[in-house]
Amino acid sequence: MVDIERQNNACCTGDSCSGLSSIQTGLQSLEETIQSEVCCGSPPGPRSNPLEKPGFKLLNFVTDFKDSAWGPVPRVKTQLTGSDHLGTLIARLGIKRDQYIIAPGLYCVGNPDQDSPVLVTANYKLTFDSLRQELTALDAWLLVLDTRGINVWCAAGKALFSTREVVDRVKQTMLNKVVRHSQLILPQLGATGVSAHQVKKASGFKVIWGPVRANDIRRFIAADNRIEKSMRQVTFSIRERTVLIPVELSHLPKASFWVLLAVFFLSGIGTSFFSFNDAWYRGLLALAAYAGGILAGAVAAPVFLPWIPGRAFALKGALTGVVVGLAVVLLFKSGLIWMETMALLLITVAISSYLAMNFTGSTPFTSPSGVEKEMRRAIPLQAGAVLIALVAWVSAAFVG
Amino acid sequence: MENFRYLAGVTTLQLDSEGCVGCGVCESVCPHSVFRMNAKKAEIDDLDGCMECGACAQNCAAGAIRVTPGVGCASYIIQTWIKGKETAGCCST
Repeated sequence: MVDIERQNNACCTGDSCSGLSSIQTGLQSLEETIQSEVCCGSPPGPRSNPLEKPGFKLLNFVTDFKDSAWGPVPRVKTQLTGSDHLGTLIARLGIKRDQYIIAPGLYCVGNPDQDSPVLVTANYKLTFDSLRQELTALDAWLLVLDTRGINVWCAAGKALFSTREVVDRVKQTMLNKVVRHSQLILPQLGATGVSAHQVKKASGFKVIWGPVRANDIRRFIAADNRIEKSMRQVTFSIRERTVLIPVELSHLPKASFWVLLAVFFLSGIGTSFFSFNDAWYRGLLALAAYAGGILAGAVAAPVFLPWIPGRAFALKGALTGVVVGLAVVLLFKSGLIWMETMALLLITVAISSYLAMNFTGSTPFTSPSGVEKEMRRAIPLQAGAVLIALVAWVSAAFVG
Repeated sequence: MENFRYLAGVTTLQLDSEGCVGCGVCESVCPHSVFRMNAKKAEIDDLDGCMECGACAQNCAAGAIRVTPGVGCASYIIQTWIKGKETAGCCST
């Protein structure tokens, strides 16, 4: 009966579980009868994958399950498919990024045995994908920690990729039964949250600090876990900086809505008390300055980061803000009096400086002491610039 | 990372050479090569390269390293100013 219901339910969705061919059963003739009574045109999809279990969802990156002392361990693909790339794209755009999670626990690649290495990683799917795609033709166990869908380094900073989580997960997966050795390879950036000597004391497993980047893991294992200096240091290439921009921008819409509402309101104030015409036309000018500030601070500053003079990010952002701000006022110069020019320029510079300062959180080299120091200097200046700009912008409507 | 230098003279990193047992873990976990081993003792080679991630202190079994670790993130620091350290959250994953 269950099978019949499945077929009936599946016929309209076209949802298929491809991969394995149907298993022939005695129900086949019954199934054919059902298929001939097509409910809505399209024929039903294939039978359910025999690996499926009630209450579980079979994920498309799992090929099958390998038996181990702990029980069946999902064996994962080492090549990413279309849906993995789509998931990456969506997460990079900042959409439901905190829900891009896989279940923590033990996974494997290839055909590992009791002597195969154990690689420890985070349960952010993006992190998991970047690791597994480097493991083609390797036999290894993957111990995925519950980092609440946060990458290794950030999770380590929040005490989620932690000593305790490593120890608990080793015990929960009965790792000492799954493998004969007692070594764990952890990504080096996990060291912020994991204390190797305490893991050893609490679990008996020795932590070996592996490379920072997943794409060095193959060379690291091939060299008998010997590390090269280049594998130890973080990088921040133009590509690594550029992929962060959409997430920076995704933080802005909510605040921008209120900012722009205020800007359009202030732009309408003038000699006739309030003019909707001015609110619209002058508001658009202010919007251009605001958008210029976002472009300069959240796009140009990250991209050109190492080439912009200065060390403080607020300064770097102010400099890109001057360049973009000048472009904005030159574009609209015919309609502006000097007070308006100054106001628009200050807005662009202040917004850009503030957003660039916020980019500190996405870089791998800014110290909290340094960020706090620059913020104490920069925020009063940014706030002052905005205040002067607003006064000049509103006053200009009475002067002009 | 030579192209990326942040503010100098701000880090809270301190190394107690007396307490150092020369295991070399600090050198191996530091993402910015701040430490260097010299004659069975760790030395600070590039103090201003430190980003206060705290990996060295976390893994110094001898307890010879001190640093106030944290997230170098402006929006997080603003939250700690407004809401206090306990309730502040970080936006980045």
